[in-house]
Amino acid sequence: MDLLEYQGKQVFARHGVPVPSGRHAQTVDEAAAAADDIGYPSVIKAQVQIGGRGKAGGIKVAGDHGEAREHAQAILGMDIRGLTVHELWVEGASQIASEYYASVVFDRSAKAPLVMLSTKGGMDIEEVAESDPGAIARLHVDPLLGFQEFHGRRLAFEAAVDADVVRPVGAMLASLYEVFVAEEATLVEVNPLIVTPQREVRALDAKVTLDDNALFRHPENAELRDPSREDPQERMAKERSLTYVKLDGNIGILGNGAGLVMSTLDVVAQAGGSPANFLDAGGGSKAEAITSAVEVILSNPNVRAVLFNIFGGITRCDEVARGLIEAFDQINPTVPFVVRLDGTNDVDGRQLLAEADLPNVFTESTMDGAAQKVVELAA
Amino acid sequence: MSILVDSNTKLVVSGITGREGTFHSLRNRDYGTQVVGGVTPGKGGQDVEGIPVYDTFHAAVAETGANTAMIFVPPRFAADSILEAEDAGIDLIVAITEGIPAHDELRAFNVIKKNGRARLIGPNCPGILSPGKANVGIIPAAFFKEGNVGVVSRSGTLTYQIGNVIAQEGFGNSTIVGIGGDPVPGSDFIDIVALFQEDPETELIVMCGEIGGDAEERAAEFIASGVTKPVVAYIAGFTAPPGKTMGHAGAIVSGSRGTAKAKAEALESKGVRVGRTPTEVAELAASLLAAAA
Repeated sequence: MDLLEYQGKQVFARHGVPVPSGRHAQTVDEAAAAADDIGYPSVIKAQVQIGGRGKAGGIKVAGDHGEAREHAQAILGMDIRGLTVHELWVEGASQIASEYYASVVFDRSAKAPLVMLSTKGGMDIEEVAESDPGAIARLHVDPLLGFQEFHGRRLAFEAAVDADVVRPVGAMLASLYEVFVAEEATLVEVNPLIVTPQREVRALDAKVTLDDNALFRHPENAELRDPSREDPQERMAKERSLTYVKLDGNIGILGNGAGLVMSTLDVVAQAGGSPANFLDAGGGSKAEAITSAVEVILSNPNVRAVLFNIFGGITRCDEVARGLIEAFDQINPTVPFVVRLDGTNDVDGRQLLAEADLPNVFTESTMDGAAQKVVELAA
Repeated sequence: MSILVDSNTKLVVSGITGREGTFHSLRNRDYGTQVVGGVTPGKGGQDVEGIPVYDTFHAAVAETGANTAMIFVPPRFAADSILEAEDAGIDLIVAITEGIPAHDELRAFNVIKKNGRARLIGPNCPGILSPGKANVGIIPAAFFKEGNVGVVSRSGTLTYQIGNVIAQEGFGNSTIVGIGGDPVPGSDFIDIVALFQEDPETELIVMCGEIGGDAEERAAEFIASGVTKPVVAYIAGFTAPPGKTMGHAGAIVSGSRGTAKAKAEALESKGVRVGRTPTEVAELAASLLAAAA
């Protein structure tokens, strides 16, 4: 789960990472009142989970009450790369002497947390990594040892931060590592980390990704999830414990097992089609789960045809067939279905479908044949 | 021969008294695997259809001489169970559980690596099948027969799909290893490919990868550096959009990293044949085997 900037800063504050003080606002009045209390100049910042907010006009400095209102008005409701702004964060404008970059990421290859520090803050770090890789100091931390003070010093010296802030920058890295471990994050990123003219060190932005699998241990973080920000089909699927990702195309896909579903999307694309979703009905799917999944797939109005690709292992093909028959009973789909059943109880499953004689349902015996057929039907 | 599991495997199952744990333990026993015990704290002294249950891994190992563990407990208890098995001296730990917190996996991985005594397969994997010898996990054994193709995969059902087409072409498997779909797998492609390279029965290796991480790219380097057996690969997720987790926690394209295209190119640049569909992978494998025969 990705946190919004202000949520990340609240988490930071709990662990002693210095952040500018600010307030959350959802209306123009709230934003202007917050800016009045904080004092001017203050910054009005769009709260959406996407980079490039500044370039899109989602971050503005207000010099007085009138400007605060004007900016809040402009930013609320703004579309930033497909996301609508519903929330603002208002904070005191910081004076900036230097901009750094700091992060703690979950390094899958090394199987260890990776801490990074650079004096090239304020820009896209992937670009810095590309154009000037030497400008980023990196250090893997043994998760059984944890972050030590020497780690912080070493990174600060290697990144060549200003000599007078080596200690506070090292301390901030230690606090960010504490956030990473204590909150069970998979990413903690600060860009920019600033040094003020008074030589104070602060996190001016906060990007935090939490591990969904660990939220049961962090009920206060689980509450930060806002279902209204999620895609309606994805939300519906989540409520039904289905793994669903919405895509841009018009062919609904259902399969069992993440790898097989990904592979099905690829085979459909190779056949010239465009998948409307990824849906993994999971291992051992029962009939009700299949009915429920069909409802989710068809709730996307772009879907013109649906492909079921099942290779039964623990999943039994007769259960899948029963689920599909049940779904037709309840919702009467108007789009054609192509069904490929293979594996455990596949003969029974195909026979059940043949007996049910559902309108507009085609059975295929191979994955490639099924993909061809569904692409023809969606055209 | 085969790798990891065979007739010498003595399996103890953590979570044997749960619904899924019981079901699959009995299936594994029916297949011929020596299932010597189970572990459920507080249920020591009971049995599951004749399989004795112990309170701790230590007791199970002392009583049965178990050398392999299968982990079936819910995610919040799984890392602890893995570490208990390791502490009790188990050689091979197969973790089926899906949804283990990432930091728990990180800790378990690093403890196992530091101590250097046990090998971990998974988590979030379908297990290991050596056809005709032993089945540890949830792989539907009926589709596979003994043979000379070694399979290593991040995905379960995709493996069944490819394995089934290979079987239809008339070939069998030495061992099928599901390494799992999580970001921190206990064993990587490299670990398993190295074992297949040393296994006299395995003549060809099939590797099923997917988007996310760089395990496939690192495997490509490893294969080029000293694997003499032919390797055929498949990569799932060409159409996956960046930033979205495609079912498996580890299957995510981050920015421009971890794409299927980059993985396929890395493998092909090292001489590994990459099939664009599961059917093509099976056909490539079959034609290489037929040519060698």
